[in-house]
Amino acid sequence: MPLVVTEWLGDHVELPEGLTAEQLAADLVRVGLEEEAVHGAAVTGPLVVGRVLERVPEPQKNGKTINWCQVDVGAHNVDGVPASEGGTPRGIVCGAQNFDVGDLVVVALPGAVLPGPFPIASRKTYGHVSDGMICSQRELGLGEDHDGIIVLPRLGFAEADLAPGQDAVALLGLGDEVLEINVTPDRGYAFSYRGVAREYAHATGARFTDPGLVASLPTPPPSPNDAGFPVEVDDAAPIHGVTGCDRFVTRIVRGIDPSAPTPAWMKRRLEGSGVRSISLAVDVTNYVMLDLGQPLHAYDLGQVVAPIVVRRAAPGERLTTLDDVARTLDPEDLLITDSPGGARGSRVLGLAGVMGGASSEVTEATTDVLVEAAHFDPVTVARTARRHKLPSEAAKRFERGVDPRLPAVAAQRVVDLLVEHGGGTADPAVGDLDTTKGPAPITFPLGLPSRTAGVEYPREQVVEILEQIGAGVSPGPDADSVLVIPPTWRPDLTEGVALVEEVVRIAGYDRIPSTVPAAPGGRGLTAEQRTRRSVARALAEAGLVETLSYPFVGEAELDALGLPESDPRRRAVRLANPLADDRPLMRTSLLVTLLETARRNVARGLPDVAVFETGLVTLPGEDAPVAPQLPVGRRPSAEELAALEAAVPAQPRHVAGVLTGRRDHAGWWGAGRTADWADAIEVARLVAERAGVAVSVEADTETMPWHPGRCARLVVPGGTVVGHAGELHPKVVERLGLPARAVAFEVDLSALVAAASGEPVQATAVSAFPAAKEDFAFVVDAGVPAADVVAAVAAGAGELLEDVALFDVFTGEQVGEGKKSLACSVRLRAADRTLTADDVRGVREGVVAAAERVGAVLRG
Amino acid sequence: MSAPAEPLPEGPSPLDVAALDAAVEAALADVAAATDLEALKAVRSRHTGDRSALALANRAIGALPGPDKSAAGKNVGPRRGRVAQAIAARQAELEAERDERVLREEAVDVTLPAGRRPVGARHPIETIQERIADFFVGMGWEIADGPELEAEWFNFDALNFGPDHPARQMQDTFYVDGGKNLVLRTHTSPVQARSLLARGVPLYVACPGKVFRTDALDATHTPVFHQVEGLAIDKGLTMANLVGTLDAFARAMFGPEARTRLRPSFFPFTEPSAEMDLWFPQKKGGAGWIEWGGCGMVHPNVLRAAGVDPEEYQGFAFGMGIERTLMLRHAIADMHDIVEGDVRFSTQFGTEI
Repeated sequence: MPLVVTEWLGDHVELPEGLTAEQLAADLVRVGLEEEAVHGAAVTGPLVVGRVLERVPEPQKNGKTINWCQVDVGAHNVDGVPASEGGTPRGIVCGAQNFDVGDLVVVALPGAVLPGPFPIASRKTYGHVSDGMICSQRELGLGEDHDGIIVLPRLGFAEADLAPGQDAVALLGLGDEVLEINVTPDRGYAFSYRGVAREYAHATGARFTDPGLVASLPTPPPSPNDAGFPVEVDDAAPIHGVTGCDRFVTRIVRGIDPSAPTPAWMKRRLEGSGVRSISLAVDVTNYVMLDLGQPLHAYDLGQVVAPIVVRRAAPGERLTTLDDVARTLDPEDLLITDSPGGARGSRVLGLAGVMGGASSEVTEATTDVLVEAAHFDPVTVARTARRHKLPSEAAKRFERGVDPRLPAVAAQRVVDLLVEHGGGTADPAVGDLDTTKGPAPITFPLGLPSRTAGVEYPREQVVEILEQIGAGVSPGPDADSVLVIPPTWRPDLTEGVALVEEVVRIAGYDRIPSTVPAAPGGRGLTAEQRTRRSVARALAEAGLVETLSYPFVGEAELDALGLPESDPRRRAVRLANPLADDRPLMRTSLLVTLLETARRNVARGLPDVAVFETGLVTLPGEDAPVAPQLPVGRRPSAEELAALEAAVPAQPRHVAGVLTGRRDHAGWWGAGRTADWADAIEVARLVAERAGVAVSVEADTETMPWHPGRCARLVVPGGTVVGHAGELHPKVVERLGLPARAVAFEVDLSALVAAASGEPVQATAVSAFPAAKEDFAFVVDAGVPAADVVAAVAAGAGELLEDVALFDVFTGEQVGEGKKSLACSVRLRAADRTLTADDVRGVREGVVAAAERVGAVLRG
Repeated sequence: MSAPAEPLPEGPSPLDVAALDAAVEAALADVAAATDLEALKAVRSRHTGDRSALALANRAIGALPGPDKSAAGKNVGPRRGRVAQAIAARQAELEAERDERVLREEAVDVTLPAGRRPVGARHPIETIQERIADFFVGMGWEIADGPELEAEWFNFDALNFGPDHPARQMQDTFYVDGGKNLVLRTHTSPVQARSLLARGVPLYVACPGKVFRTDALDATHTPVFHQVEGLAIDKGLTMANLVGTLDAFARAMFGPEARTRLRPSFFPFTEPSAEMDLWFPQKKGGAGWIEWGGCGMVHPNVLRAAGVDPEEYQGFAFGMGIERTLMLRHAIADMHDIVEGDVRFSTQFGTEI
C-alpha cells in the first residue's frame, strides 16, 4: 500500500508546520484512508556534511588500499571548531576510492544509527582510530549503489548550499517518519500524491491545488498531431464489451544524456515512497506515476518499430517480462506490440498496464525516449495481473481505475522532467489516441444523503461537497434533484448511494446520531436453535466439556478410523487450496477431528477426558451439479435458485462426544468409575431426549469406528438411523493412541430436529391413587436383546403401567448355558381408583404371556 | 406363662403427709441425680411405678372411709403430679443433651473434596454466540443460519462482488476443487442474501457463525473463526439506526461505558461503508479505540439480488469477529487457546458467559 512522504504531499496541499506522520494519519483516517503503519526514521543521531581535507592512501597486506582522511565536519570537529576557524578535523578511515581532497561527503559520527540497525562508534582499525564513517548510498538506505561513497554535488546538490557540519539527515530526507496508508479498492486515485492531497484537503479544509489538471502545468501540452508515433488499438476480444485500451498518449524526448543522474530530491522522494532509483528515465516515469497516479512507460525509441499495436495475445504467444520470466500468454492478455520489418503487431513489447518486456526497455545507452501514457480497462489488467501473478505498481493502479484525463498531463510532466534533468529536447510529435467517454451523469435527489444518514444536510452543503470532490453539479430534472457528473478519477461513483457516501464522509461520520431502531418483533429462536442450546447445555451438565476443532481432514485420518472404501463418509468435499496438503478434505464426521482433540488432552496429562463438539459436517451427494454463475444485481429465477441449492452439499449439524478414563472421579470416597460403552449410549440418548425424540437403540455390528459387539445405533420412529454410540474399535483406539476402551458417540442433530414433532406435549394427568409395584425375573436366551424383553413387559402390562425398569442382569449356572436372567420392576397405577388384587393379578398374567412371546420364561 | 404376681408391699398412708412429702423429696432428689436417660428411666420406674410409695399411697385411697378419701386425694394427687412433672422436665433436658452430643459426634471434615461427578463446560465461542443471539432476540430480531460451504454466488456475487471485483481477491478464500463454484464462506454475509430471499422484508436478522480464510494460525489469526452479521432492512432505516444498534450491542457486550465510532471504508455490499471502532474502557494501557468490525448501509445491488426494491426499502448491515470480541472481553492473549480444544480453556467459563 502507498507510502506518503509528508514533504512531497506539501507540493499539492497546504500542510501545517511540523506535521507529524501520526497527525497526518489521524487526519486521513477521518475521510477513510486508514493507517497501515508509520515507518520510523531511517537514520538517527549525528549525520553531517563533511569536507575531505586530507586523503592519505595506505596499502594493506591484504591487497586493499585504505584512505586515512582528515574530514572537516564544522562544529562537530574534535575541538568543536570549524576548520575554517582553525579547528581540528576528525580522522576517519575510508575504504572507498571515488573521492578526493575537497569533496563534500556524508559523515556518520559516533552515536549515529544507520539502517540495519548499524550503530556507529569510534573504533580502532588499520592502525588508526576512525572517528566516524564516510557513507555510501546503500549504507544510508538510499539505494543499492555501493561502488563508492556519496559525493554530494554528484547527487545534484549545489556546493553553495552545503557547508561542513550541516545536518545531512534533513538534507537527505532520512529523518522523516513515513506514513503507509491502506487504500480501499474503490479509491484507486489515492494511489497518488494527487489523491492523498485531495483527501487531506477534505479532512482538514486545507487549500488543495490539483496537479492532475492541464491548468496546473507550467506549460500546456501541445496538441496531438500527425507526427505522433503511430499507435493502433486492435482489440478483437473486449471483456464485457469494454475495449482494453481507450487512450494512448505518446511523446518523444530526444538527446537525453544517458549518464545524467536523477536529481537528489527526486531520488529522496522515490526512496521515501518505497521505490528504488534506477535511472533518470525510469525514475521520472515512476515519479510522475506516484505523484499523479498515471502509470507510464518509457521505451528506447530506437528499439520500437511503428506502428505500436495494442491487441490481445494469440494462443501460445510468449513474452519475457522485465523480471526475466518467460511467460506464455493468454488470449485475454492485452499486449503492447510493435511492427518490426513491417509485420504489424508482430513483436510483443509488454503486457498492457502490467509490465513491460525486456526488448524495448531504456538502457544505459538510450538517448531518445518514447513515453507511453495510456488508459487500460481495469478488468483486463486485473485478470492479467492475477493470471501471471504480477501485482505491479502499474497494475495496482489500473485495476482500481485510473483517471482517463490524466495521460496527456502526465506525459507532459515526464517530458518536462526529462528535458530539465536529462538535457533532452521535447519532440514536437504528440500522439493521442482517445476514445474515452466521460462519466455518465447521475440524477441525484438532494434529500438522499439526509434520508440515508439520518442527518439533516442543507441542499447547499450537499452541492458544495459534491463540487469539492471534483464533481460537476447542474440543475436536475426536478427541483429536488441535481445532475451530477462524477470526477473522471472516481470510476466508483456510478449511482446515488456512492454520492451519498461522499457527502456523509466529508461532512463527517461523527455527525451521525445514535438511534436504536424499533424492529417489528421477531419469533424468537427457532426449534433447531433452541434444541442446539438444550443439547449442549445437557451435555455440559452431564460432565462433558465442549471444544472446537478445525473441519479439515485427510485420507490418513479417515484410514485411522478404519472406514471401508465404500463408506459414504469417504465421499468428502476436497479443497483446491487447503492450508495443509495432507488435509484437503472437509470432515464428513465430527469424530474424525474430535478424537484428535481427545488425544491432545490426554497427551497434555489429562487422562480423564469427556469432550463434545457440535458442528456442521459436509456430505456431498454423488454427481452433485456445478453451482451456476449468476450475475450481480438481480434476483435469480426460481430455477436458478433451485440450481444453486442443489449444488451446495448437505451440511447437517452433528454432535459428537468422546470419553476416556474415569467417568466418575476417584477420591477419598473410592476408586471412581471408568467410562464404558453404556456411558456413551446414555449420553447419546440424553441428546435425543433433549431433542424431544424417542429413539430406539439397536445393536450395530458393522459400523466403524466402533467395536462390533459394543455399538448401538440410534433409530428414530420411521426407521432412520440418526447416530451411533458405544465403545470404539480396539484397532482404532490403538491407531489413535487413545487410552484403551475409549467410548464415543455421534448423532445427527439436524435429523433429530427433523424427527421431533415440534408439537406441544399433551400432558397426562398425575394420579394420586396408590401405586402397586411388581417384580419379575425372566430367563431368556442370551442373544435376545434386553430392550425386546423390556418392551414386551411394558406392552403386556397394559394401560395400568406407569414405569418399567430393568434392574438386574445375571448369567451363571443357575440359569443355564446360553441363557441369561433379566429382572424387571414395574410400577402400576390407575388414574381413577386404588388397584385391586385382581388388577395386579391381571397385569402379572399379561406380562408373563407377553414375555413368553419373545422367549422369556418367568423364573420359578 | 407369666410368673405369679408378687403381692404389693405396703406403702405410706395417704393421710400421712410427712411420709408422702418424704417420698416426693426422695423422688425429686433421684430425678435430679439422674445423669442420663437410662438412669432417668430407672428413676421413673422407682418413683412412679406400681410399687412406688406414691402409687401405693394412691392405691390405698380406695380403701379409706368416705370422709378421708377426699383429703387423701388432695394429699396424693398433686404430689404425684410434681414428681411426674420433674421427670418430664428432666427427660427433655437429657434428650436435648443426648441429641446435641450425637450431632457433635457425627461431625465430618466438610473441606474434603466433594467432586465425585465430573463437571462439564461450554466452549466460550459457543456461549458468547448465544449471548449475542439473546441480545438481538431481545431487540426483536431473529437469528439466521446458513451453510458454511457456500455457492460463490451467495458469498460474492449476491453481495455485489462481481467476478472481477478487486475485493474478491482480498478475501483469502478457500475454493472447492473441481470447478464447482463453491467456497468456504469468507464471512457470514451470504446469510444476508439467503435471509432476504427466504424471509423477505422487513427483515431484522443476526447471523452468528463459522467463517474461513486462508490465514495460518498464530496468536491473533485463525483460518477458521466466527463472525456475527447483522442485517436490518425496512422502510426509512438510516445510518443513525446503524449507529444506535452498534452502540446498544457494544454496551451489551462490554458494559455501559462502551460505545462505537465509524470511519469511512469500503465493502462491496454496503454504501456508505464504515469501519467500526469500539471505545474499550478495559484496554490494556488505558481506555481507547480498537477496531471491532465493518458496517454500512446495504448496497442497492444486494437488495436487487434478493428482488427487493431499493427505492422503497433500505437498511444497514454490520459484522464483527467473535474471537476478537471474546479475546477483548476476557483478556485472552493467544488464539491457540481458543482453537486447540484443551478442556482447561473451556472449563474456565462454565456454562454461561
